[in-house]
Amino acid sequence: MRFVDEYRDAEKARALAAKIAALCEPGRHYKFMEVCGGHTHTIYKHGLEDYLPESISLVHGPGCPVCVLPMGRVDDAIALAEQPDVIMTSFGDMMRVPGGRGSFFDSSAAGTDIRMVYSPLDALKVARQNPDKHVIFMAIGMETTTPSTAMTVLRAAAEGIENFSIFCNHVMIVPAIKAILDSPDLRLDGFIGPGHVSTVIGCRPYEYIPAEYGKPIVTAGFEPLDILQSVYMLLQQLADGRCEVENQYSRVVPWNGNTVALRAMAEVMELRPYFEWRGLGFISHSALQVREKYAAFDAERLFKLPGVRVADPKACQCGEVLKGVLKPWECKVFGTACTPETPIGTCMVSSEGACAAYYNFGRFSRQRVQEVSIESSRV
Amino acid sequence: MTHQDTSQQQADWAEAAVAKHAGAKPDEDAGFPTHAPGTEHAGREQLVLERIERARRARPRVREKLITLAHGAGGKATQSLIEAIFLDAFRNPLLAPLEDAATLTAGDARLAFTTDSYVVSPLFFPGGNIGDLAVNGTVNDLAVSGARPAHLSAGFILEEGFPVADLRRIVESMAAAAAAAGVSIVTGDTKVVQRGKADGCYINTAGVGLIPSGLTLGVATARPGDVVIVSGPVGDHGITVLLERGELDLDAELVSDTAPVHELVRGLLDAVGPDVRAMRDATRGGVATILNEVATAAGVAVVVDEDSVPVRPEVRGACELLGIDPLYVACEGRIVAIVDPGAADAAVAALQAHPLGASATAVGRIIEDPPGLVMLKTGFGGTRIIDLLVGDPLPRIC
Amino acid sequence: MCLGIPGEVIEILPDQPDLAKVDVSGVKRAINIGLLTDDPPVPGDWVLIHVGFALSKIDEQEAKAAMDFLIGIGQAYEDEIAALLESRIDERQ
Repeated sequence: MRFVDEYRDAEKARALAAKIAALCEPGRHYKFMEVCGGHTHTIYKHGLEDYLPESISLVHGPGCPVCVLPMGRVDDAIALAEQPDVIMTSFGDMMRVPGGRGSFFDSSAAGTDIRMVYSPLDALKVARQNPDKHVIFMAIGMETTTPSTAMTVLRAAAEGIENFSIFCNHVMIVPAIKAILDSPDLRLDGFIGPGHVSTVIGCRPYEYIPAEYGKPIVTAGFEPLDILQSVYMLLQQLADGRCEVENQYSRVVPWNGNTVALRAMAEVMELRPYFEWRGLGFISHSALQVREKYAAFDAERLFKLPGVRVADPKACQCGEVLKGVLKPWECKVFGTACTPETPIGTCMVSSEGACAAYYNFGRFSRQRVQEVSIESSRV
Repeated sequence: MTHQDTSQQQADWAEAAVAKHAGAKPDEDAGFPTHAPGTEHAGREQLVLERIERARRARPRVREKLITLAHGAGGKATQSLIEAIFLDAFRNPLLAPLEDAATLTAGDARLAFTTDSYVVSPLFFPGGNIGDLAVNGTVNDLAVSGARPAHLSAGFILEEGFPVADLRRIVESMAAAAAAAGVSIVTGDTKVVQRGKADGCYINTAGVGLIPSGLTLGVATARPGDVVIVSGPVGDHGITVLLERGELDLDAELVSDTAPVHELVRGLLDAVGPDVRAMRDATRGGVATILNEVATAAGVAVVVDEDSVPVRPEVRGACELLGIDPLYVACEGRIVAIVDPGAADAAVAALQAHPLGASATAVGRIIEDPPGLVMLKTGFGGTRIIDLLVGDPLPRIC
Repeated sequence: MCLGIPGEVIEILPDQPDLAKVDVSGVKRAINIGLLTDDPPVPGDWVLIHVGFALSKIDEQEAKAAMDFLIGIGQAYEDEIAALLESRIDERQ
């Protein structure tokens, strides 16, 4: 596959790994946060940590929009799905996220009409095909996905579709990063910046990170070599005494972002005064809601939501994992009460959650990794 | 409009799950040196990993009150359902091995006996339909158990309003498939249910075949050093059906790989019979599910080399688009064979000699440790775990 | 984050100019290119696909530059390894 396979080449990875090791100051430990759930997934899926020296740790951040959805909002979504003559449509990743009373999957088993879609446009198609039902699209995602939802609403408006609305849970990455930076728990040396969010918002919104917090950030692609190269670039900045925003993913990310996408978002949506993030609490101006002008497509206006907050189970430490304070296996319920089959929290459910990634992919000791590598090289 | 109500509720199911585990878990936390979270602490991590292994070995339970789609996906939930509900109630030594077919004795002869139900949607897809899928599936379960497939039963559950012309098409395919596999359909049943209750047509098939004397196969006999072989590209059937459903608007030149593998298996057994530990046909849950069954049954580890696993470019493309791993996607005409290392080359050659096995290749090997685990060496050189499927393969977003 | 896949634009759908057919390793799908109206793609261009929309055009020059860097690193690495091996040979002498 073009633009994919070249970035998975093991030879180049070894070369980069050697360069990275050479750049590490002896005796110094480096901690870089990769914000994006997609980066977490890549790191574990390809076993990237095997390529990094012991002195570098990658910490996983809150860039997984499914992971940061509070249980109460999931309950609201299920309540919407259970309305008479409603078809709920959702991305697959949302299907098993647990709310206070279960997940979409559980609700579907009990008879609710919940359908998985690949694109918000597919949800619109369901609306066209089912004129006697009201179709709601569960709109989640960060700025990567928000423009697609916005464009879909604009299309629905243009076509005069009357049986379609969205339940808007779009959140924004920059306030989340700021919350991490303001948190006293963390000592980070730099950030591996979100790749696809940046195709929409560009690299400028990150300029405050070096400017006000003195941390370098490199916008990274999603293939293993992209991530390794970004780590290399961060180390290079630290070695040179520089502190700036750099774009490793320049083949896809334009420095100024995508103005058409930003305009579509601004036309259809506006900032909420505040929004609750699981694990991070209430963050102001961090999420979007549908504008008055498009009220006909806003499920929150069309239906009454329970709107009840559900506290995370006391034992659930998703918050600390999302902030990078705890590693997945340091959570007290990891692997026992909380497994991919029986998730307590979102980090274990989303395929990009740190806990799911670690449990599914990385779950054995470094020592075993060495043994396996030696054994399997004889295959 | 939402109002952020300041009153809070709890998620009772979560509190209960945590409480149950807190009660059961031994007092390991006492005696841990305290350390700043996030710092390296290899000893603690190892203890957590061991705790997880214990939890995974615990007796399977079905916690849900309602059956969900996950119970039919071929992964963890299916396994738990089988062990906690069916095996628990029916328990007997013939059922216990939970292989693709049960081995029965009738006088001096040994018979393989198997059954499968088919609920594929849509009923007709590129490369086949529910009918030949049903015949081939049962023939294959018998073949990989070492038996010569002989006779099948066919039970039909038809929906009121189902076109007779479609039924005729399906049945004609079944006749053709049976002839191609050298089996006869000797008994059957028909039921009709009201409109809306059977998605057109469901089929159940059962089959028997004779196992030649001297042949013992079973995944529990896999041992360190053994080689894992796959007979061809994986994921063709699952992706073909997914695309044919039309919900995802994806187009590709893909065809289901449904086929009877009895001759392919016969060729393998004729060449290296005594050196074959086990064979399985890869269906729902894909190759990954079989490898996990081997690892668990034999108490060994399986290491797979990602680059060796054959996958057609279109299957790979569709999987990348949807965020699914081809190792978990259903096949319907592929076998996985575990063979003695000395016979691996001859085994691959024997498979390649048959058209269905043209792309057969070794994809991994069995090692001793860590028992029960399946690991993948990525093309990139790293390692990751291939666990039992959880849920149903879900498209991933951000 | 966010599953984005590179795909090649095969054709712009004649009756729907904001839809294009893309090919990802032999799998084809119609996607919406409405977010790229400032610089619409033409057949042969590669785009980044996410939930049925093209988010960005892949800049082949930047991609080449990135690859050149990686190849360069690879070459430097090989040179170093070669130099290392040479020096060992010298030592034995």
